[in-house]
Amino acid sequence: MTLMPIDTRRGFLGLLAACSAAAILPAAPARALTQGQATALVQQAVDEVYAVINSGRPAARMYRDFEGIFVRHADVDAIARTVLGPAARQVSAAQFAAYAQALQGFVARKYGKRFREFIGGRIEVRGARQLKSFWAVDSTAYLSGQSPMAVEWHVSDRSGRPRFFNLIIEGVNMLATEREEIRAMLARNRGDIAALTAALQQAG
Amino acid sequence: MRVAPILFCLSLAACATAPAGGVNDPYEPMNRRVHAFNKGLDATLLRPVARAARGGDDAAPQGPGAMTLVGNFGSNLALPGKVVNSVLQGRPEPAVRNTFRFFVNSTLGLGGLLDPATADFALPEIDTDFGETLHVWGVPEGAYLELPVLGPSTERDLAGKVVDLFIDPLDSVLTDEQKIAGTAARIVSKAGDRARFGSTVDSVLHESADSYAQTRLLYLQHRRFELKQEQDVIDPYAD
Repeated sequence: MTLMPIDTRRGFLGLLAACSAAAILPAAPARALTQGQATALVQQAVDEVYAVINSGRPAARMYRDFEGIFVRHADVDAIARTVLGPAARQVSAAQFAAYAQALQGFVARKYGKRFREFIGGRIEVRGARQLKSFWAVDSTAYLSGQSPMAVEWHVSDRSGRPRFFNLIIEGVNMLATEREEIRAMLARNRGDIAALTAALQQAG
Repeated sequence: MRVAPILFCLSLAACATAPAGGVNDPYEPMNRRVHAFNKGLDATLLRPVARAARGGDDAAPQGPGAMTLVGNFGSNLALPGKVVNSVLQGRPEPAVRNTFRFFVNSTLGLGGLLDPATADFALPEIDTDFGETLHVWGVPEGAYLELPVLGPSTERDLAGKVVDLFIDPLDSVLTDEQKIAGTAARIVSKAGDRARFGSTVDSVLHESADSYAQTRLLYLQHRRFELKQEQDVIDPYAD
């Protein structure tokens, strides 16, 4: 009988501790991921992109290489889920996988098409700061004949290893922009995910 | 005493606007019709002209092209207006830097055709306008607007554009011919921008599924970034 209150109190204190830990955790940057790892991931992705741009390969081959870099260093699953919006919860795993694969090719072609603007330029990775549950890595793109551009990379290791899931170029948010675009494509295909997947394979 | 009702209205207006990162577009049906017009104008006039201009620049890649000179000339004449706005915003540093830039480029830069201020004096242009001044003064962004020919804007930025026409200090200094030359230079330099950012504009205007929605989002995001306003952060891992 006398043990009960102590037990209860310990239970209560334990609960409090758990709650405050839970309250603190989301504010801490993605657990194990360090600032150095987040910055290194972005540097690696930038180096690989420039290696492809400077390779002088035919454009179609470059787009395949860009897609490989995107798959290796970006969290395609999280990106595909975010830009699909609420519809992502209504499709089967197989449908989602096919759509995500089509999306990664679409993104590689759409952004890869612009590689000529990067020839003779460089991207300097500067540092990282905490943002919500992840790291924001700041970089500056110096493209020939243009004023320097701020490029922010959002990096998380929630997928199991460090990957980026968003790019913000001079304030323009890639996830928000593509979410708007995919929403329009989905509406144009009357909400049919298979038709959207087919459209993504053609577009970009 | 008379300020109080105005402040009250402003704070009400601030409450009525969309939250940070949101889109406030009550005039969407009208805006979409203007967008269709602008898109047609781009396809029939601006894109062909820009392609021709780019072809001309490619032929002579040595030294600054004619387009760059014209662009420099137009931007240089816009500097005094930017200085006025920086002062109105209570920001002396950009005002001083743009003033030095104006004097360097107007003299050493041969009347603004060249840009030694950026190249040799580390004085790049610091862009601003009366739309930003209104933002600094606490005026909310207002509704999104797509203007004929001029393109995407907001109620606040449209008011800014109108005021900018009247507060340019060069207005009282330049002759009519010089003003026409300045305006012409700015129009040509816009065509130059269309050529320089051709693939970007093509991809947004002519390749996206809903070019109106893409234009609106790109404009609002970039404008809020320029004005250092709070932006939406997307966290796909938030449960």
